[in-house]
Amino acid sequence: MPTKPAGTLYRGREGMWSWVGHRITGVVIFFFLLVHVLDTSLVRVSPEAYTAVIGAYKNPLMALGETGLVAAIVFHAFNGLRIIAVDFWKKGAKYQRQMLWAVLALWIVTILAFSIRHLSLALGGH
Amino acid sequence: MTATIESPRSGRVAPQYRRNGGSRGNFEMIAWLFMRLSGVVLVVLIFGHLFVNLMVGEGIHAIDFGFVAGKWADPFWQFWDLAMLWLAMLHGTNGVRTIINDYAEKTGTRRWLKTVLYAAAVVIILLGTMVIFTFNPCPVVDGVALPGGFCPA
Ligand code: HEM
Ligand code: HEM
Repeated sequence: MPTKPAGTLYRGREGMWSWVGHRITGVVIFFFLLVHVLDTSLVRVSPEAYTAVIGAYKNPLMALGETGLVAAIVFHAFNGLRIIAVDFWKKGAKYQRQMLWAVLALWIVTILAFSIRHLSLALGGH
Repeated sequence: MTATIESPRSGRVAPQYRRNGGSRGNFEMIAWLFMRLSGVVLVVLIFGHLFVNLMVGEGIHAIDFGFVAGKWADPFWQFWDLAMLWLAMLHGTNGVRTIINDYAEKTGTRRWLKTVLYAAAVVIILLGTMVIFTFNPCPVVDGVALPGGFCPA
């Protein structure tokens, strides 16, 4: 067993966890996209087939799933912009930690706004 | 006599000292750059997609065959979806390729997983492209319009 490294800048700290989050959300979005192109392709089968499969996206449980998916995408998107800033902005590496807090703050605000609107539309009777 | 030793990243390294065997060229650098350029564009495309489909009007309740017909009657949304499809699939496929390279340690496993990945990516990109360009708002079978279509009266 390797012993616990002392005082590392990366391991077990913000940088590592944001990378873990970025990787997991990337894979989740990828698999969603494979299924999403397949369900959209039903518009070529018949109007009824498409409307039926889209109906599945409209039940309350799926509304929560959609919110989770959007939360994954918004994190990946904002953190992706942070990665780009770290790579291309002169001071990016210096401020990577502050930028992560900014990413998380913006993420929470965006997801709150999205959930309020989406869940009240999806769950709020019709 | 002085020998010149080129800086390792100058690209002027003598062939026998190149680590990538020369055959892969700049592929990894281009892929790295592509992840960043496509990422910036995808933020706009995907946020726009989610906003128009989920946040405006009745949100998700408005989505049905007619909704898609309405959007794809406009070349603007056809192009939007086409760009989103290609960029997201290439970006995602390249990302998953990196992950396979990281975790699949056996050459055989790696090759096998990547073959499946590339096959899936090609099928999905071609299918999605075909769907956007051959979409028919008024599908007709044996001279009878299918219910739910958008047919001219
Ligand atoms: C739950 C959230 C989502 C809903 C309700 C949704 C809904 C739709 C709908 C109704 C269409 C048909 C055409 C159009 O409206 O433009 C479509 C197409 C498409 N969507 Fe989404 N979408 C969602 C999330 C996403 C995400 C996160 C991505 C990207 C990763 C995405 C990528 C695409 C693509 C590429 C197409 C074109 C498919 C094709 O070429 O056949 N969508 N989506
Ligand atoms: C919304 C806009 C997006 C932005 C700004 C973005 C940005 C990025 C960036 C900068 C990277 C890092 C590449 C590297 O480390 O060299 C990355 C990786 C990745 N992205 Fe995205 N991306 C976006 C959308 C997507 C979508 C739609 C998918 C799935 C279809 C996706 C899947 C991935 C995957 C699987 C990785 C690899 C993660 C890893 O190696 O740990 N991304 N993204």
